[in-house]
Amino acid sequence: MNFEQILTHIKTSLGEGVILSTDENASPKAIIIHAENLVEVMGFLQKDNQLYFDSLSCITGLDNGSEANTMEMIYNLYSIPFDHHLMVKVELSREKPAIDSLCGLWKTADWQEREVYDMYGIHINNHPDLRRILMPADWEGFPLRKDYQEQEYYRGIKVEY
Amino acid sequence: MANQVQYIFDQENLRKSAPQKFKSEDLKREEMIINIGPQHPSTHGVLRLEVLAKGEEVIEVVPHLGYLHRCFEKHAEKLPYNQIIPFVDRMDYLAAMNTEHAYAMGVERMLGIDKIIPKRVEYIRVLVAELNRLASHFIALGSYGMDIGAVTAFFWMTRDREHIVRLLEWASGARMLYNYIWVGGLFYDLPVGFEERCLEFTTYLKPKIKELERVVIDNKIFIDRTANVGVLPVDLAINYGITGPMLRGSGLKYDLRKVDGYSVYPEIDFDIPVGKGEAGTLGDCWDRTWVRVQECYESVKIIEQCLEKLTGEHKRTRDFDPRALAPKKIRPKAQDFYIRAENPKGETGFFFRADGRSDVPFRCKARGASFVNLSIINELSKGGLISDLIAVIGSIDIVLGEVDR
Repeated sequence: MNFEQILTHIKTSLGEGVILSTDENASPKAIIIHAENLVEVMGFLQKDNQLYFDSLSCITGLDNGSEANTMEMIYNLYSIPFDHHLMVKVELSREKPAIDSLCGLWKTADWQEREVYDMYGIHINNHPDLRRILMPADWEGFPLRKDYQEQEYYRGIKVEY
Repeated sequence: MANQVQYIFDQENLRKSAPQKFKSEDLKREEMIINIGPQHPSTHGVLRLEVLAKGEEVIEVVPHLGYLHRCFEKHAEKLPYNQIIPFVDRMDYLAAMNTEHAYAMGVERMLGIDKIIPKRVEYIRVLVAELNRLASHFIALGSYGMDIGAVTAFFWMTRDREHIVRLLEWASGARMLYNYIWVGGLFYDLPVGFEERCLEFTTYLKPKIKELERVVIDNKIFIDRTANVGVLPVDLAINYGITGPMLRGSGLKYDLRKVDGYSVYPEIDFDIPVGKGEAGTLGDCWDRTWVRVQECYESVKIIEQCLEKLTGEHKRTRDFDPRALAPKKIRPKAQDFYIRAENPKGETGFFFRADGRSDVPFRCKARGASFVNLSIINELSKGGLISDLIAVIGSIDIVLGEVDR
């Protein structure tokens, strides 16, 4: 299926309002959905007989900075049997960013969402084990945020060089 | 500097920075917590595993990561596209060429110059990437053998890997971290005589892989340690995002070199070996190792075909400049872009967001194959013995540089 067919299939099955907009400039082409619908839409994309996006390849967090005041979650989906692909983007507010977990659908979401939480502080609702994964548990702040200020000392080690 | 306090020691430091999941007070009868790593040879790097065990039986494995975290994504926010390549090398440091290839390809596609890259450049890229794939598989197989008691294989494999490393050093100037594949081209053309030497090497190598197969794969002790251990069904593998030899070991014929057909792979004839469960159950540790050995043969096949092209149709010419297309300023249009490619460990992906105004990516995320593959470790090893846990870690083939990035 190409992007247009995928788009119409989602619209006919889940209703027109689910897809807020599309980004055809992106590669793979992207749909932008509302954070509230995430689990519903992703569950449909994974289980539907014609789409069958069985492989969640990559979860990316993104901070647009304080000017735009938004954060984003980007999901890259691939279908192994049908060989089609889709990017799903979700925009979040920068104050108290939170999104539902996809661990119920894909187990691979577990660690990848933990990494997003670790780097951006986006709270993952219903995540079974939401801890920092790469940074030490007592590290202050979320390093990949655009306004991140590193702490001056960590255990007497000067952080900034 | 000398008399400045460099580290404030406190007994509680470790407990605060990497808290254990299990507490010794909560343990039931006969249960115990065993800490493996971060400094343990069989964890293949600085991986720390917290194992809840009941006697010899593993109940749960909790990996603690981050000991080799070098802030790749933070660095990438401040560096121009071409200067990120050396950082990319240091992710999967055993297969730097493959990662470089994936990265350069991604940026080229964003710039729209991927179709005009000269064929010779593409063939050289595939050649060095496959050499590096061999080197990576050799380390995987050799160290896996050593993990479970077959020490000979490690010496043989490092001996043969040394030849590859020297070949790549001859081409690029570095043994492991090459910075050889550039956006839009290569650092240098292959040195004069490289193709001939490389061909000599493949003739030398083929019987050696056979030898490896006989000493490790067909060895009864090895089969006893790996067959029916860590069985990974294919549906679980897909759900966990497992890729590479691990997924193929579970019997699914899925290789991005064929599926996406990037670079000149569609022009090259090679097979994709998949696990068949010959020694035990489909998807066990033995199958994964077997797939890696078979992939070595396939890589040799690819190398030979590349060499044929590089000495024939696309042979060296006096005026060939591998840097001719390398852009001075790399400034892609504003877009989101995701590229994936087949690394020795699995699918390596890069997500880019270019803002269209600068030559620095707004966001560059790396999806490490080892990171995702490692996440299944608890599923594979729970219920087994502690010695099987070691067999499982080795069969996943992780490299911690890519897990922690």
